[in-house]
Amino acid sequence: MNNKNEWPLWEVFIRSKAGLDHKHAGSLHAADEKMAIENARDVYTRRQEGVSIWVVESKHIHASDPDESGSLYDPANDKIYRHPTFYNLPEEVKYM
Amino acid sequence: MTVHSFQEHFDNLIDREITIEPKDWMPDDYRKTLIRQISQHAHSEIIGMLPEGNWITRAPSLRRKSVLLAKVQDEAGHGLYLYSAAETLGVTRDDLYDQLHSGKAKYSSIFNYPTLTWADMGAIGWLVDGAAIMNQVPLCRTSYGPYARAMVRVCKEESFHQRQGFEIMLTLSKGTEVQRKMAQDAFNRWWWPSLMMFGPPDAESPHTEQSVRWRIKRMTNDELRQKFIDVTVEQAKILGLTVPDKNLKWNEERGSYDSGAINWEEFWNVVKGNGPCNKQRLETRKKAWDEGKWVRDAAMANAEKRKQRKEKAAQAA
Repeated sequence: MNNKNEWPLWEVFIRSKAGLDHKHAGSLHAADEKMAIENARDVYTRRQEGVSIWVVESKHIHASDPDESGSLYDPANDKIYRHPTFYNLPEEVKYM
Repeated sequence: MTVHSFQEHFDNLIDREITIEPKDWMPDDYRKTLIRQISQHAHSEIIGMLPEGNWITRAPSLRRKSVLLAKVQDEAGHGLYLYSAAETLGVTRDDLYDQLHSGKAKYSSIFNYPTLTWADMGAIGWLVDGAAIMNQVPLCRTSYGPYARAMVRVCKEESFHQRQGFEIMLTLSKGTEVQRKMAQDAFNRWWWPSLMMFGPPDAESPHTEQSVRWRIKRMTNDELRQKFIDVTVEQAKILGLTVPDKNLKWNEERGSYDSGAINWEEFWNVVKGNGPCNKQRLETRKKAWDEGKWVRDAAMANAEKRKQRKEKAAQAA
């Protein structure tokens, strides 16, 4: 590893248009948050892909462990009654 | 899980066409092959800016200049998407740059050929970007998530690159006799190196089978090359240009063009560093990197100072 002088890594999130969520677009290197936003504009929005940019230094992202996916999501597995399709309605009920 | 069962789990995901993500377990060879392939591609984008950058100030009109500038800027962007994808595999950006600058890592040999006339901007867009797109489209479905997502972005942006090149060729080929000759000359020089972009023949490409299995590669070199020839020969007809291959002939039975032998000796010679511009390209790149060092250091020092100032202000408050 040889990254003593390297600019930190940032994750870029972009809102593609008003009303939508910010979505992860990719990452880039920048010295600080101001440069990260400017670089994000140049790298990820050259064709008007966004109306708003978030940048987060990558080291601040905490992620779930894929090897624990089984136990992490298990509690939701058998609760199909959380979905509307679980319930049978008489045909006369048209809108519900 | 034991290494054996990790491997089984991984193979199972690959077989079911499920995407592998950075934190998933993966075999060392898969990781190594991906780092090599993605970084080679990133280096190619970065070095690929140089032959075209050569013509930005000499573009024949403001329209052509704006277009070329946008294309070169896209290439910088594509390099950055790909470097980021490679970094998710645990290699640092500085390591990747070191590999490029020391000559350890390769980039596409096509960029070691010179851009002699304006028609070369047309030929590069039409042929080199055309071949690159042919190579890249199947990679949008590659097994490694960050790579596939980067490729989707790259492919979306690249189709304008090929079109602007074809447009330059079309304009020249319908122009004066001198312009038409210039277009044909560029075509003559870029045709064979473009065919070499797909890599050595399948019989001499030992990693192909493993890479196809891993979905890092989705079609073989020869399959992609044939596809490119079939499509491009038809486009050359529209331009009224002659494909510089005397052995080119439609094969009714195969439904494809048969073509002449590629000079693989030339290919390997350029790969080994003896192409017309290998030295110049790498030197230009290293010079830009070295001369930019004070800017990178200054930006870092400034960021550090601003951070400290902020912390002090927070303490005082």
